[in-house]
Amino acid sequence: MGFVLIFAFFIPHHPFDALGEDVTVFFDIVAVFAFILGGGNLLRMHGNHIYTRHKDRWFSAVTLAGFLLMLFAGLFKIGQEGWCGAVDQPGAWFNNIYTATFDPLQSTMYALLAFFVASASFRAFRAKNREATILLVAAFIVLLGRTPAGDYATDWLPDSLSIFKVSNLANWIMSVPNLAGQRAIVIGIALGVVSLSLRVILGVERSHLGTDKS
Amino acid sequence: MFWERLLRLDRRWIFLFVAVSVLLPLLFNLECHQVPTPIVRGIFDKLESLPPGSHVLLSFDYGPSTVPEISPMAHAVIRHCLERDLKVVFMALWATGQNLLTSTVDSVVKLEFPHKVNGTDYANFGYKAGNQGVINVIATDFYKMFTTDISGMPARTMPLMEDVENMSDMSLIISFGGGFPGIKEWVQFAGDVAHVPVAGGCTAVSAPLLYPYYPQQLIGLMGGIKGAAEYEAMLTHTYPKFDPLPKRGMLAMGPQTVAHLVIMFFIVVGNLAYFLSRSHKAKA
Repeated sequence: MGFVLIFAFFIPHHPFDALGEDVTVFFDIVAVFAFILGGGNLLRMHGNHIYTRHKDRWFSAVTLAGFLLMLFAGLFKIGQEGWCGAVDQPGAWFNNIYTATFDPLQSTMYALLAFFVASASFRAFRAKNREATILLVAAFIVLLGRTPAGDYATDWLPDSLSIFKVSNLANWIMSVPNLAGQRAIVIGIALGVVSLSLRVILGVERSHLGTDKS
Repeated sequence: MFWERLLRLDRRWIFLFVAVSVLLPLLFNLECHQVPTPIVRGIFDKLESLPPGSHVLLSFDYGPSTVPEISPMAHAVIRHCLERDLKVVFMALWATGQNLLTSTVDSVVKLEFPHKVNGTDYANFGYKAGNQGVINVIATDFYKMFTTDISGMPARTMPLMEDVENMSDMSLIISFGGGFPGIKEWVQFAGDVAHVPVAGGCTAVSAPLLYPYYPQQLIGLMGGIKGAAEYEAMLTHTYPKFDPLPKRGMLAMGPQTVAHLVIMFFIVVGNLAYFLSRSHKAKA
């Protein structure tokens, strides 16, 4: 399958294009079954926690209760007119649980980041050496440049010095040093993915099949 | 000593300052003037240049955690598309995206554009499992993945889809969400392959990772609340009829500005305390 996709990408002509399309559809069908596998694994792991009276068994119980409730509401389309149609319609239990619990819980978790980032910045952003000072100055400029406060602070600069306006400096940091670093990371990752994929396709790497023996 | 005590400041004081810095601007509706950056303007200008009737695919690839950052840009782009009579195809690569997509269609499309017809002017195809595999298939045949929309209406019978066979028939793809699968996968599996312009809207933390794709593979990128606010500013400037509508991106810039200033204040205070306590120790 891996080879078919490689050929389909580099030789987009008959029969490789059609073969590549079919293989991708197979992949999507397999991906749906991965949900069943994932659900089964979740049941097994947390069920085991409860059975063995693990110290975190109450968290496992909440996880399983939430999982089974959503599964029940979604599969049987509870609360929907005629017990059919899309599960995200108003009135559907699935939709109600999603908007009343999942939505605010996820938002709350993410919103907490603001508090921890502020606390971590206070403790960690110290100009202890040259590298840390460069990082600190860059972070300072980007933080200020991502708000209109940066524009207000340096609006008085003449056009000939506009490069030194905080928003322009922030844009420069993002599109020059950041870009160079990100490109290096992306290229490195891509080379790693190519080499790992070839190892998997050629059967050299088999750890994903449950064994670390080559 | 004062500076050393400051270095050991209880983090709950910082939490309190951050909470107040977010709450006060929200309570007083602090709005900030926005200067659009070229990376956001690229998306706006592209949508402005498309002839009416062109197809635009909007993919909701995010979850509730990033709604405050991404929803404002999604709403602004939808308003822009429908105002310009573009045909909008909605879909999601994230399971959590389907509910957000449906609620967005209900709150923006159906409420603000009641004359727009489902299946003719827009269609909601919802979520499909398979990550980048879904993109790979619809790049060559849309109907292999989406036979119906979420209400069960056959895709092939929709007037909206008359001229659509695959991704090449889209004039623009905009993905909202910077995670996996998201903007990067749309660039790799649809933009580059089907030669369709791709743009994106993502959280501020994801934006730096996507800069390498701009401007060749991404025509524009809205990064975080600032990106959303810039887009809203351009939209209301060009189409004043949207001015009375809630501009959540611009409203959120107030709290973000004050919170950033508070964080910077703490960084300065932390460094001052660090150096002063160190010099005091050296003298002692």
